[in-house]
Formats: sequence, C-alpha cells, structure tokens
Amino acid sequence: MEKTVNQKAWFLVLPVLLLVAFSAVIPLMTVVNYSVQDTFGNNVFFWAGLEWFTEVLESDRMWAALGRQLVFSGIILAIELPLGIFVALNMPKKGFWASVCLVLMALPLLIPWNVVGTIWQIFGRVDIGLLGHTLDAFGIDYNYTQGFIAAWATVIVMDVWHWTSLVALLAYAGLQSIPDAYYQAAKIDQASRWKVFRYIELPKMQGVLMIAILLRFMDSFMIYTEPFVVTGGGPGNSTTFLSIDLVKMALGQFDLGPAAASRSCTSW
Amino acid sequence: MTLTLDGVTKVVNGQTHIHPTTLTLQNGTMNVLLGPTLSGKTSLMRLMAGLDVPQSGRVLWNGEDVTRQRVQDRKVAMVYQQFINYPSMTVYENIASPMRLLGKSRDEIDRAVRKSAELMKLTPLLDRKPLELSGGQQQRCALARALVKNAGLVLLDEPLANLDYKLREELRVEIPKIFEESGSIFLYATTEPEEALLLGGNTATLWEGRVTQFGPTPEVYRQPVDATTARVFSDPPMNFMQVSKTGGKLMFGDGQSSPLTGKLRDLADGRYVAGFRPNHVELEKHTADAMVFTATLDVTEITGSETYVHLDHNGVRWVGLVHGVRNLPLGKEIKAYLDPAHVYIFGEDGALVVPAAYALAA
Repeated sequence: MEKTVNQKAWFLVLPVLLLVAFSAVIPLMTVVNYSVQDTFGNNVFFWAGLEWFTEVLESDRMWAALGRQLVFSGIILAIELPLGIFVALNMPKKGFWASVCLVLMALPLLIPWNVVGTIWQIFGRVDIGLLGHTLDAFGIDYNYTQGFIAAWATVIVMDVWHWTSLVALLAYAGLQSIPDAYYQAAKIDQASRWKVFRYIELPKMQGVLMIAILLRFMDSFMIYTEPFVVTGGGPGNSTTFLSIDLVKMALGQFDLGPAAASRSCTSW
Repeated sequence: MTLTLDGVTKVVNGQTHIHPTTLTLQNGTMNVLLGPTLSGKTSLMRLMAGLDVPQSGRVLWNGEDVTRQRVQDRKVAMVYQQFINYPSMTVYENIASPMRLLGKSRDEIDRAVRKSAELMKLTPLLDRKPLELSGGQQQRCALARALVKNAGLVLLDEPLANLDYKLREELRVEIPKIFEESGSIFLYATTEPEEALLLGGNTATLWEGRVTQFGPTPEVYRQPVDATTARVFSDPPMNFMQVSKTGGKLMFGDGQSSPLTGKLRDLADGRYVAGFRPNHVELEKHTADAMVFTATLDVTEITGSETYVHLDHNGVRWVGLVHGVRNLPLGKEIKAYLDPAHVYIFGEDGALVVPAAYALAA
C-alpha cells in the first residue's frame, strides 16, 4: 500500500513550540547571552568570555547566598515534612470533619506569596502586629528588621505556615490509599502504633513524600517574594537568599553579566 | 479446641448485618463460609476474630468466654482478598514478623519461616520484597505468614478472589493439604459453590446475615434445608417452579405429572415449590420417566465443553447446563426434559419437604 505523505501535523505542534520558545527558551538564552558579555549601558555589549563565571565562582557573596539558601531549604524541609505527616496522621479519615479539615488545609495554599509576606510583615511588627506586640509584652526581644535570629525565625515560620499543608495534603492522600485490611492485619499481628507507622504507613506514603520533598525543595530554592516583602533580605545580608541576591545584583546594581553567570551556575 | 458463636448479632447504624447466629467450629477442621457478596461473610469473620464486638451473644473459645477480648490477645490469623504484606520488608521478614512480635527466639523463627516458605514454594524468593512478586506469590507470602503464627483460628476471607483462574486452581488444591497438618480451625469464606465443594470439610451457607445451614459440605449440597440454601449452593442458582399435589400425583403444569415414589408418598395434598439444579435440565429425553416442558430459548453461553441455556418457561427464568457445544435457535420454543428423581420439593415457606431421590441415594 502506498503511504500518504502529510506533514501538516507540524501546525498542531506550532502553538506549543512558540509558547515554550517565548516563555522559556528565549529568556534562558538571553540570560546565557548576558553571562558572556559586558555592558556600560546604552545597549552596547562587549564580549567577556568566561570572565563573569570566574568572578562569580570566586566571589564570597554568591557562595554565602547559596549557603544561606541551602540552610533555609534544609530547615524548612526538616520542619515541614515531619509536621505535615503528623498533621495528616491526625486528620479524620472520613465524614464531615474530614472535609472541613481538607478545606482548612487548602486555605494557606490559595494565598499569593506577596500577601503571605505582607500578612507576616504586619503580624510581626512590634508596634501594631499581634505576634510582635505579644512577644514584646512577654519581654522577648523580637524585631525582624534588626535581629538576625528574629528575621530567620519569621521567614521560616512564615514558610512553614504557608506550605506545611501541601505536605500534609500529599501525605493524607497517601494514607487514604492504604486499604483498611493492612491495619487489621497489623492489629491481628499485635503490632504497636509505631510499628504500624514504620512498616505500613511510611512505606505506603513513600511515593507521595518523594514528590512533597521535590516540590518543597524546588519551591524553597527559588523563594523570593515572601522574604523580600518581610525582611528585604536583611538585616544586613542575613536573609538574602539566592533569588534576592540575583535581583539585587541585576536590577539594583545593573550587573547583568555576573547576575546572569550566577543564575546559570545555580541552575545547573 | 473449639470456637463457638452463641447467638451473636451485629447491628451497624440500625442495619442488621448479622442476625442471631449460633455455630460451633471444631479443631482441625476445614470450614467453608459460603454466601454471595454482602451476605455478611466478612462481618461474621470479624466477630470471630475479635475485630468487632457483637451487639449481643457470646464468643466462646474452648468454652471460655472471649467476647470482650481484644484481637491482639486471641490466637488468630487472617488472610484477605487483597494481598496484605508489609511493603518494606523482605518475604523472609514478612513471614517472620508475627513471631518477632510474639518475642520468639531467632532459631525458632528461622526454622518456622523456612518450613512454611517451603510449603508455600517461596524458598527461592525469601530475599525479595512483596512488590517484586506476582499476585499469586504475594498471596502465598500472606498465607505463609498466617501459617507460621500457629494460630488456633485461621480466617481466610476470599483469599483467591483476586487471583487469575490458573493460580486459583493451583492454590485451591494446596490449601486444604497444607492446613490439614496444622490442626487449627480453618474458616474459608467464598462466593463460589464450586470452591466449597473442592475444599470439602464443613460448609455454612450464609444469606442476608443468617447462617441457613451448617454441616458436612456434600450433605449441605445434596440436602439443603431450604430453598435459600439451595439457591446459594448452586451456580447458576437452582431453578424453581410451582407444583401441587392432588390425589396420587404431583402436578407440574404443562400437563406433566409424576407418580409418587419413595418419601413423596407421605406428602400432604397442597401447593409446593419444586427445585432442580441447572445440570439436571436436559434437552433430550434420557430416562423414561422424564417430564417434558416447552420453553423459549433466550440466550446460550458456551463455556467450552458445556453450554448454558437460559430458558423462559411461562415467564419464569430457568438456566440449564447441558453437555457439549450446542447450536440452538434463539427465540424459538424448545423442549426441556426433567427427571422427577432430580426434583427437590420445598414447602411454600421455602423449607425442604422432600429431598430429591438421587440425593438420598448418593
């Protein structure tokens, strides 16, 4: 049989191709382009080779920001993962209250980043914020614009408040998929609550927990809006995470080259 | 050792799942709990295991009341329709887990695990994780776990229902052999009459939360106490028709009648229900006594060596199972033959009045 040749399927792929090109490929290539050039403004660019990369890799500033970033992501994962699992384990399995819990859990996830930042910025203020004022009234020296620990604590608690429910919802979905017979079998075997968790619930949640870790790590690694709104990266540089550092470099100082180089490095 | 249910009931949200049930299971016996889906098989097993507490009645273990005893404190093992194993443990660890929890010594555990693994043909697979096994092997692992525990009561809740046909046949033959040696009480729940007959032992038929009959399996099959039991213990279900006894004859309608023989002679005049199994419906006249009925052929199903014929007899559906692959005209009237020796006579309340002559002879 003769094959009909029809290449029109190309047109069906075209929209996606254009969309991905304009939303991802071209901006990314622009960044790569900037990373190997220098400019003094007026849209005049000079070839700089790998100069910016050497500079970025040798700069303490970039390593410090990366270090802060890793510590931040590590801390929030270490808190959100166990806390999320704990919350999921204690949520009702069915009935009216299960639905109520699910809606309550989903609420923080619906709030945009900058709103969460603003909420906590006001919440933590010593003069008008409920949290800041209360802590102050107890005699605790809390001021996120001046204290290093206060700033970190605020940013971490804010992230935990915003994102633990994502982990909880994923873990809850994992728990719901375990057939009741597993619990019965464990009961008949006289397994303790811990053993049920360790040998049934945890292995059965493994898949969704991996996804939770992945999502939370990626999201926290590019965190920008929330700390930017609350602390602006301060006090000093103490909450200047990678994205904040980048924006400072690229827009604040108009060092496009180093910013692009550091972006390219951290992306890999 | 015996397990006795003494008038136990189970009511959930005002719905009765188990009506008052009294049943005694003897040590070292294979018992089959036969009933359709939702008849209460799992509910009854949960009561026996102690996973649920009955609303009323008592559960006795060797005559000792254990009604309020938790499942942990009874010696019970259970295997489910789903393949339940601990996912992160190897097959060896899975089989060993109940003994570990009982605090047995390492040597004792090793010996028991290897022995039951051998019985279940799992020896080459001991280092694998359950998810790396086939469905049949996963269920063998669960069975080995139940075996190794040396429990007094082993409950098997439709353990083969999720397996494919071939594996089911294989395990069905092995299970009674393996469990015979252990000396525990075995209770095997199933929806399939065929499975009950293959497993032998005793059968309790369950219908809408009531045990309708309990006794040696062949006896329950041949002499069901009522029409419900006969319906449960027949696949496809038993066929029924209205009959009446007047004078010296049993009138079957369609101008057919049979003379009274054997126990039928003691029958009082009146209306009865005749029941006969699908395999006793014939499409040819094999015996001189056979009665003939005219029915419309609705559907035929070929199983390979046999054919199911769905007949419409004056608005009542009959199913027949006849030998050979038949090519029959659908929608046409055909003749169906029935030997009176194969007919059970039930009262209008459903209770068995006279069993079929063939069943008494067997």
